[in-house]
Amino acid sequence: MIVSVASGKGGTGKTTVTASLAVAWPRPLMAVDLDVEEPNLHLFLKPDVSRTEVVTLEVPDVDESKCTFCRKCAELCQFKAIAVMGKAIMTFPEMCHGCGGCMAICPEGAIGTATRELGVMESGVSRGRIPCMTGRLRVGEAMSPPLMRVVRAHMRAESREKGLDVLVDAPPGVSCPAMSAVTDSDVIVLVTEPTPFGFHDFKLAWEAFEPFGTPMAVVLNRAGLGDDRVYGFCAAHGLPILAEIPYRRDIAEHYSRGLVLAEMDRGLGQLFAGLAAKLMAMGKEDEHA
Amino acid sequence: MREIVVISGKGGTGKTSITAAFAHLAANRVICDLDVDAPDLHLLLDPSVVREEAFISGHEAVINSDRCTACGLCASMCRYEAIEPDGDVYRVAPLRCEGCKVCVAFCPEQAIDFPDRHCGQRYLSDTRFGPMVHAQLFAGQENSGLLVSRLKKEARALAEERGLGLILCDGAPGIGCPVIASLSQTDLAVVVTEPTPSGVHDLERVASLCEHFRTRVAVIVNKHDLNPEHTGRIDAMCAEKGYVLLARLPHDTAVTEAMVRRQAVTEGPDSEIARNIRDAWHRIMDLLQS
Repeated sequence: MIVSVASGKGGTGKTTVTASLAVAWPRPLMAVDLDVEEPNLHLFLKPDVSRTEVVTLEVPDVDESKCTFCRKCAELCQFKAIAVMGKAIMTFPEMCHGCGGCMAICPEGAIGTATRELGVMESGVSRGRIPCMTGRLRVGEAMSPPLMRVVRAHMRAESREKGLDVLVDAPPGVSCPAMSAVTDSDVIVLVTEPTPFGFHDFKLAWEAFEPFGTPMAVVLNRAGLGDDRVYGFCAAHGLPILAEIPYRRDIAEHYSRGLVLAEMDRGLGQLFAGLAAKLMAMGKEDEHA
Repeated sequence: MREIVVISGKGGTGKTSITAAFAHLAANRVICDLDVDAPDLHLLLDPSVVREEAFISGHEAVINSDRCTACGLCASMCRYEAIEPDGDVYRVAPLRCEGCKVCVAFCPEQAIDFPDRHCGQRYLSDTRFGPMVHAQLFAGQENSGLLVSRLKKEARALAEERGLGLILCDGAPGIGCPVIASLSQTDLAVVVTEPTPSGVHDLERVASLCEHFRTRVAVIVNKHDLNPEHTGRIDAMCAEKGYVLLARLPHDTAVTEAMVRRQAVTEGPDSEIARNIRDAWHRIMDLLQS
């Protein structure tokens, strides 16, 4: 099964929950960080990285000797990545979305491919048993979805081949990257905190993911802080709150040292073991449904 | 005219709470929420909307099932795996469609329409701290640098029209398109971080993005007392890279308490964190003069 850990608001504890679940998960599992702009899961799981692959996007490379400046490529391109002015053709590779339209439409076969580096994909193993995969966007690269697509394809292939469950640390928000991160999931875990910002963004996330029909569950972080509207909302919408992580300074300090919460004390260990069991049960129910 | 953007790399470090406090402390400002994906500043500023406009950007492919002959050419050409068989025809999954027009151009039956894409709403509002421009992107839309650029442009026009000297922006998390767009023509990027491995890691990445675009960086360390060792590392990074260390803020529930009251923390009862934010704001004003 694939479990995605998401949240509307950043900094509510997605990575904390993902790292702890990865450690507490009773079946073979791989942990995948799809927050490629700011990947943090590796800071907690600390995998031995054994492979780093550069991920690129195909962008146009024009052979000017074959170009007749017919403009068909520039007329098709929706991203202003290729322009023809008189007897000159220019490409703007950083604008390109890699759709391949210009290459396909050129009647002279004058457009080949060059590449733009999107970032890297790192693979390794944490604690000698948890395979980890991380996408890391190159600083200065604007587009995260193409890098995420590559990481997701690897994630699906490898987990299927090895029979692994998958835990996904998703990016914050509800725009395209966040939505695409959770589309493969059997269960979506929404991590929130009971503050006005947390609650507002939690509702955005719930509204965004609800149409997928994927079962959702809630983990409440910093419980005891802020206000209690999130409880009423969850009750009204039949969203189970599977775990509550209390608002405690020693927890924040533990996190600040890069340590995994499930390994902090017995109580928290049991909390995440219980969460893992409940999520696995949700996945099973869904299979039978 | 001066432009300040508050960003963080990592989410949840306190960007919006700090921006709200700056909005309270600043004079002659236009306020701008550039986190168009998950905006929160309006929760503290309670804007009353003066003007609302649709944000239309790009197009999306829609297959006309009456004309589709299910030849499958579109699906084979789509690089985004956005087209899949659906009974006797093919269908576009809107969430994955990038609006590249390749399927539209190559469909032998001209069976694919390409309507405008309504991606969200943008707003011009009044708040107790002055005019505010903001937006809400619809779920699943491309996280839009274009929308961020439009908002900044509108903020500039507004500042000019009303003779306001400062544009104060709450930025998005991450280092991608919206953050890059928010840095254009910015005088100062205030990066809010926290002394945790994620905070330090994400500060490094977002600050190097600022350097890449030649934007001056100033740093606020929130919850500095949580981990003195990481706070020390952030100090050292600032010294080494030439980032201005603006303030160290204590771990304090006053911020959340103010949020529950729908106030900026500087509007409420006096507290250490409120005093620290005031000092930081004065330092920013000095920096903008120099």
